Order: sequence, then C-alpha cells, then structure tokens
Amino acid sequence: MEIDPFIFRLSIFILSIFIGYYVVWSVTPSLHTPLMSVTNAISSVIIVGAIIAALAGSSENIFSTSSIFGFIAIILAAINIFGGFLVTQRMLQMYKKKKVKK
Amino acid sequence: MISANLSAIFYLISGILFILALRGLSSPDTSRQGNYFGIAGMMIAIIVTFLSVGNFSTSLVYVIIFLIIGGAVGAFIAFKIPMTAMPELVAGFHSLVGLAAVFVAIAAYLNPEAFSLGTIGNIKLASLIEMSIGAAVGAITFSGSIIAFLKLRGIMSGSPITFIGQHFLNLILGIAIFVLIFYLCKSQSDNIFWALIAISFLVGILLIIPIGGADMPVVISMLNSYSGWAAAGIGFTLENTALIITGALVGSSGAILSYIMCKAMNRSFVSVILGGFGADNSSDNAEEKRDQKPVKSGNAEDAAFLMKNASSVIIVPGYGMAVAQAQHALRDMVDKLKKNDIKVTYAIHPVAGRMPGHMNVLLAEANVPYDEVFELEDINNDFANSDVAFVIGANDVTNPVAKTDPKSPIFGMPVLDVEKCKSVLFVKRSLSPGYAGIDNELFYKDNTLMLFADAKKMTEDIVKNLD
Repeated sequence: MEIDPFIFRLSIFILSIFIGYYVVWSVTPSLHTPLMSVTNAISSVIIVGAIIAALAGSSENIFSTSSIFGFIAIILAAINIFGGFLVTQRMLQMYKKKKVKK
Repeated sequence: MISANLSAIFYLISGILFILALRGLSSPDTSRQGNYFGIAGMMIAIIVTFLSVGNFSTSLVYVIIFLIIGGAVGAFIAFKIPMTAMPELVAGFHSLVGLAAVFVAIAAYLNPEAFSLGTIGNIKLASLIEMSIGAAVGAITFSGSIIAFLKLRGIMSGSPITFIGQHFLNLILGIAIFVLIFYLCKSQSDNIFWALIAISFLVGILLIIPIGGADMPVVISMLNSYSGWAAAGIGFTLENTALIITGALVGSSGAILSYIMCKAMNRSFVSVILGGFGADNSSDNAEEKRDQKPVKSGNAEDAAFLMKNASSVIIVPGYGMAVAQAQHALRDMVDKLKKNDIKVTYAIHPVAGRMPGHMNVLLAEANVPYDEVFELEDINNDFANSDVAFVIGANDVTNPVAKTDPKSPIFGMPVLDVEKCKSVLFVKRSLSPGYAGIDNELFYKDNTLMLFADAKKMTEDIVKNLD
C-alpha cells in the first residue's frame, strides 16, 4: 500500500515544530521583539496562495470572485512582508555593542 | 513553467532560509544576516510561485501592481513607526496574516481547480478540512489581533471586559466551529463555510476582550502562534512545504514566547486566557496602608546627589518609560553618570513593557549598548552590591510582596530584588497601584525615595542637576 502524501507533509510539519522549538529557545531574550516581527514577515509567505488565486482568473475575466480575494490577500501579505522585514532590519540595526575604550 | 517537483525543492530551500533567519536571532551579531536569509527565502518563494503558475497574462501585471501597493504601504509603516509603538504594530501585522489566511482559504474554496483541490462542490475531503481549519484559525487571529491592537493603541480600554456566561459562550462557539467543519465536509454548502468564518471572527473577539493590559505580552505571543498555525493550515491545503515549515516555526515560536511570558508572571496559560486579571482588585487593605505608611519623596536634586555619590547604579525600566518616551533622556543621564566613573547597568524583567523584548528595543533605540542590558536571572544578585536602583516606569515587577505574601495575586512571580540596593529611586507619577491592582511595598521602605513626576521630565531634571 502506498503512503498518502499527506503523511509526508505531516512529517515535515511535525519535524519543523521541533526545529522551531529548539531554534526559538536559543533566541536571546533581548531579541524577542525582532523575533516576533520577523516571524510575522515570514508567515506572510502565505502570499504564495494569494498569488495562485489571483493568477487563476482567465484572460477575459481577470477579476473573478475568487481572484479578487487573492488580490486583496496579496496586498495584505505584501504589507506584512515589506513592513515586517524592514521594521526588523530597522530594529536590528540599533543593537550595538559597547564601544571599546581606547 | 517549472515542474512541480522543482518548485517543491525551491519551497524547501525557502523554508530552510526561514529557519536560518530565526537561528540568526540567537545573537545580535548574527541577527542582521539572519534577516537577509529571511528576505532571500521570501523572494525565492514568490518567484517560484510565479514560475510554477506560468500564467503571464494581464493578471500578472495586476499581481505585481498589488504587490507594489502593499509593499509601499508596509515600507512606509516600517520607517515611520516609533519604537514605542512596536506592540501595536506587531498586533496589527498579525491581524493581516490572519485575514490573508482567511482570504486565501475563501479563494481556494470558491475556485478549487486553481489549486488542484477538486471541483466546486466536490473538494477533496482532506483539503476541505485543512482549509476550514486554516480559515477558522486565521479568522480568530484576525479579530483577536484587532482587539489587541485597539487595546494597545489605547482606542479601547485596556481593562478586561467580562460578562456572566462568557466562558460558557466561548465553549459553545468553540464546539460550534467543529460541528460546522463536520457538516461542511458532509454537505460542502457555502452557507456553512461563511457561518464558520463568521463564528471564528466572533470567537477571536470574545477570546481577547476579557484579557487585561498587563497580560498583553502573553496575548501578543499567543496571536503570533495562532498566525503560524493558520499559515500551516493553509500550507497543508496548498500542499506547500514553505508554508508548512514556516507555519510550524511561527506557531512554536509564539507558543514558546507565551510560555516564557506566563512563567515570568507566575500565571498559568489557562488563567491568562480566561482573563479578568487586574480588573478591580485594589482592595481596601491597600487603601488603608497608603494612609498609614509614610512615604519619602524627593526631587531631581536629591536623586542627582544620590547617584553622583554612588559607585554603581542599576536602571530598571518598565512600560512607563515607553509611555513617557523617556529612553533618550535616560541615556543622557547614564552618559553623565558614566563620565563620573559610575558603573551603570540595566535590569530587564521578561514582562516589562507590552511585548516580549520591548524594553531592549527601546534601549537599543536610545543607543544603549546591548551588553550593558541584562535579563532578570543574570543581574538579580547584583542588586545587593549596588548603591542605587533607578526604577523608571516599572512597578509590579519590583514588588517584594511577590516573595513574601502568599495571599498576593502576584505571589511567586519572579521579581527584581530592587529593595536589596542601598537606595532605591522610584520614578512614578503617583502612588497608584500597577496593573496587577496591588500596592507596591517598595514605596514605603526606608531606603526608597519616591520621585513623583513624569518619567521623561524627571530624568531631564536629573540630567540638569548632574552638571
């Protein structure tokens, strides 16, 4: 009997939870705010679904009900992607070490 | 158009880059590089999606236009937002992820062929379950984050909203979500799908309104986690590895942060969710104490004198510092102290502020080097050997009652041992209790000098007096 591809995806999912668990515990507490903003940005990879939905419209009917939802989702996710990565970058730029006294 | 297998490999690569993005955050030195990994992962995922759909008609032009519109808005927000407003910003971003998840699920439901999930009215059972879970969690994330945003922004009162039968109602609605998913799978009726989303929106609102301002760090972390699970649900629907990996990462990240926050407050996750904490427990007992016990209060001159004669000072910032935007004035004060060869360090409680790590970002913004900033467990022993503790905008996290009074609502919460310092300077506007609604014993200690003023103004006055 063949294994359902769902099981493979489930395996990836569960292993990723474990990876997430160990990786996140090693994040230094002082970077917890950038952690939240960057997780925000990466979870917006949901944009791939939005793009698929938006591109599904035929050339006569670009804006079908389904693709309109896709287009709106693209805007929402794009705000998050750009906003999330840039604000993270802005924060991380501020973290500086003590200047060594000469 | 590229093959499904090739695009799957690229999605895996972008998932790995996202893991590296989080890995980078283990130290400020590697964090910036980590962020670039994240950006690279996102670009790969988006480009591969374009290539795999392979539809280069006019639709693509619109997709790019919408992408640019969203990106411009996002970039504008990212550059304009003041660092003190990070909690609201993050809550706002969570709501967008949630809503995007809902919209993608709706799009997939209305046009399953585009996602190769079957045909309208005849969607594969597994996909239907996955998309309804994604939609439900996404909707809860959206409406819950909106409430969190309104509370953090101060548009809505931060005090908990509770009513009789609230938990019962939530339970019923929670069961209703599962029942609706079950019937949706049986009938594939549109109305059930819409009802499912509507009820999930309602649950999100009801879930967050009873939670008070002090518990916001937990709420934000929890919504962070939800946004991850919603993404994972959609990832299963779309059979997309990048989304599944990311969803799992974000979901566990938020869950860990919620756990850390709960532990730092010595509260169970369940009690935070049930809410109502910090409603109105300023007991009469506290009122009495306030009248009886004498409080020593001083001015900026006294504070400057004390600090000038100290050899080590520990600064304890809290949410009040963020509200008063006092971080830059604080930094000026510290510079003056350092010129006099006084050792200055910062002590940060995990739940100081309105989100995890909030104080660290504010201090970093004020150019405080991160190696002068210490977490609770790393600095707590140093209070006993220090001359002055300068508490600015923090309250409950310094309350010694958490160690002494088993009846106190915050008993058992790890607190900063501020009272062990030779003297304590406590900047506060009034004697009012903090968010836990309890009196701080520290106010009445002999070695405490209260500085009644706005945090920023007081700090600036101290700076003047340090000259």
